[in-house]
Amino acid sequence: MVKYILKRLGISIVILLGVSLIIYTLVRLMPMNYIETTYREKISIGEISEEDYQNLLKLYGLDGSIVAGYFRWLGNMIKGDLGNSFKYRVPVTQVISEHMWVSFGIALVATILQFLIAIPLGISSATHQYSARDYTVTVFTMIGLSLPTYFFGAIVIKVFAVDLGWFDPSGLVDTGVTYANTFAGQMQKFGDIIYHMILPITVTVLLSLGGLMRYTRTNTLEVLNADYIRTARAKGLSEKTVIYKHAFRNTLIPLATLLAGIIPGLFGGMMITEQVFDIPGIGNMAYQALLVGDIPFVMGYNMFLAILTVIGTLLSDLMYAVVDPRVKLGK
Amino acid sequence: MNEGQELDEKLHTAAEENAETQTVTKEATAAAENSKAEETAEENSKAEGEEEATYKEMSPFRLVLRRFFRSKLSIVGLVMIAFLFLFSFFGPVVYRAWGESELDMTPSVDTVQESYSYKDENGEEITVVEVLEHEKTINTYANPSKDHILGTDDKGMDVFVRLMYGGRISLMIGFIVVILDTIIGIVLGGLAGYFGGWVDQVIMRIVDIFSCIPTLPILLIASSVIDSWELTADQRIYVLMVIITIFSWSSTARMVRGQILSLREQEYITATEVMGLPTWRKIFKHLIPNVMPQLIVSMTLGLGGVILYESTLSYLGLGVQFPKAAWGSMIALVNDPMILQYHPNVWLPAGFLIVIAVLGFNFVGDGLRDAMDPKARK
Repeated sequence: MVKYILKRLGISIVILLGVSLIIYTLVRLMPMNYIETTYREKISIGEISEEDYQNLLKLYGLDGSIVAGYFRWLGNMIKGDLGNSFKYRVPVTQVISEHMWVSFGIALVATILQFLIAIPLGISSATHQYSARDYTVTVFTMIGLSLPTYFFGAIVIKVFAVDLGWFDPSGLVDTGVTYANTFAGQMQKFGDIIYHMILPITVTVLLSLGGLMRYTRTNTLEVLNADYIRTARAKGLSEKTVIYKHAFRNTLIPLATLLAGIIPGLFGGMMITEQVFDIPGIGNMAYQALLVGDIPFVMGYNMFLAILTVIGTLLSDLMYAVVDPRVKLGK
Repeated sequence: MNEGQELDEKLHTAAEENAETQTVTKEATAAAENSKAEETAEENSKAEGEEEATYKEMSPFRLVLRRFFRSKLSIVGLVMIAFLFLFSFFGPVVYRAWGESELDMTPSVDTVQESYSYKDENGEEITVVEVLEHEKTINTYANPSKDHILGTDDKGMDVFVRLMYGGRISLMIGFIVVILDTIIGIVLGGLAGYFGGWVDQVIMRIVDIFSCIPTLPILLIASSVIDSWELTADQRIYVLMVIITIFSWSSTARMVRGQILSLREQEYITATEVMGLPTWRKIFKHLIPNVMPQLIVSMTLGLGGVILYESTLSYLGLGVQFPKAAWGSMIALVNDPMILQYHPNVWLPAGFLIVIAVLGFNFVGDGLRDAMDPKARK
């Protein structure tokens, strides 16, 4: 087991090196970067000289070739330094750690809701296979999977925020409101955040139900065909006991591995949803940074996502061996 | 158009087959072991009754078709896709009132009426009605009418016509990307699965790298890289296809490799070994055709995904560029609050078409999976 994990970690490092090389090359090839656009302008109005500009490029590690730049970036990263964000003017790690929690909060609530809704739906449509209920649930969750986030978001904003005026279409808190630094003030702020989060979370949950629901349905169908379910029925157990005691727990085995796969989604933020609802989460920050060519932040964010993906995959493989004793790790 | 014909043919065969449901087929006997769906059981009882009388052999292809058309959802999906093809490929041929990026230059007059009322000193209420006439040289934001079925957009282009051209692009990008994915997937996945050893190691590490790269951010970065290449809108579409392919082939390769690994252990491959068949024959004649069912399913399901990615890129302004129409960029107009609130005819239909496309391919893909994989029928 330990040997397996060590080997996987070694491979992960190779993968991350490859990922970072590809992303760095592409990011450097981007037509505009923040430093260039900002200081080119200053050169043209004569505020700084060409020489200063070259010095600035050197300062930000943008002089020289992409290869040299990559190794400099890599060296710093190994030391734990992702550089300073050009746009936000603070270290990348700080931007990530400050804005990650907004996204994490939304994703956590959305994921929990998603599990609470999708699993019962999946089980009930499996136990009523080919019934009207099964078709209805399948069709609606599939529609959810097919709806682009920005489109559904626009509809929801139009109906609930603009037409009905029940919610604020954007932001995390009311603009122009200052909250007292007391307990009551903080509670008011918290309440405001929850109020603003209702629409984005609803959109996220509705659009992502499908995958989990269909996964549960397939697993449940498989379990219901197993021999021990027939045995349980033959013993004369009630259908309820058979499904909720014998079948249900076994349908959770493959789901356990899914749980580990959710990791990147939990911490990485949702670029489109956050952009549509104008939430200052990490996904939105990354999108804004990308638009202006903030190289260190874009690099840092993408590597953050890649590391989460690697960890998620490793955990899900390990979880699989833990929950299902038939699976042997190795090789 | 070819696809349209093909669909017709399929539908035709399906109709034939429905008429033959009474005949006993090999499938009925095979299905007896699975004995899952009620229909099958019913068929089976008939089968026992007249077994020798009407034994009929069916090709695997026809069996798949039969099972496919048994599911209502797959038929619905097929209809949706057929509709989209007709709409976007035949539509512009039939409906020629407006071009893709033709501006409606008929001048129009917008009248804005606002009334203010106040009370004067004598307590009488006075209402002032202000009528502003605004002359437009281009007919923008027209409401749906006889001239413009779905009205015009912010630039004065016909929304309905742009929807059709947008559909062409989405479907074309979807199909080409998926086909390219499959080719790369078969070659690399096949090599890795068949040869194993260091070939496998190297290819799979590359696959790992590509599947670890966050797709949406990297597509955004790559699209902004090609911004500097100064491509025309047409060329950009082709580059876009290549980019989406580069960052989406890895899952196909992984699947092909997995399939080939398990197929390689089967007896019939040992038999080809004994017969001394050349490697290429083993791979292309005996291994790849057996991966095809899964490949076709993953291609169909993948189509929906590619269409979603393309429309997201276009929505963010990094995909298909103006003056070319794209569903995503038509929805992007909602970022203007006025359009969001007062002109749903501009953005709503594009979204519905995306849903129809993705949903249709998902339904068909699911149907194909159930039809092609005998184990999945459980």
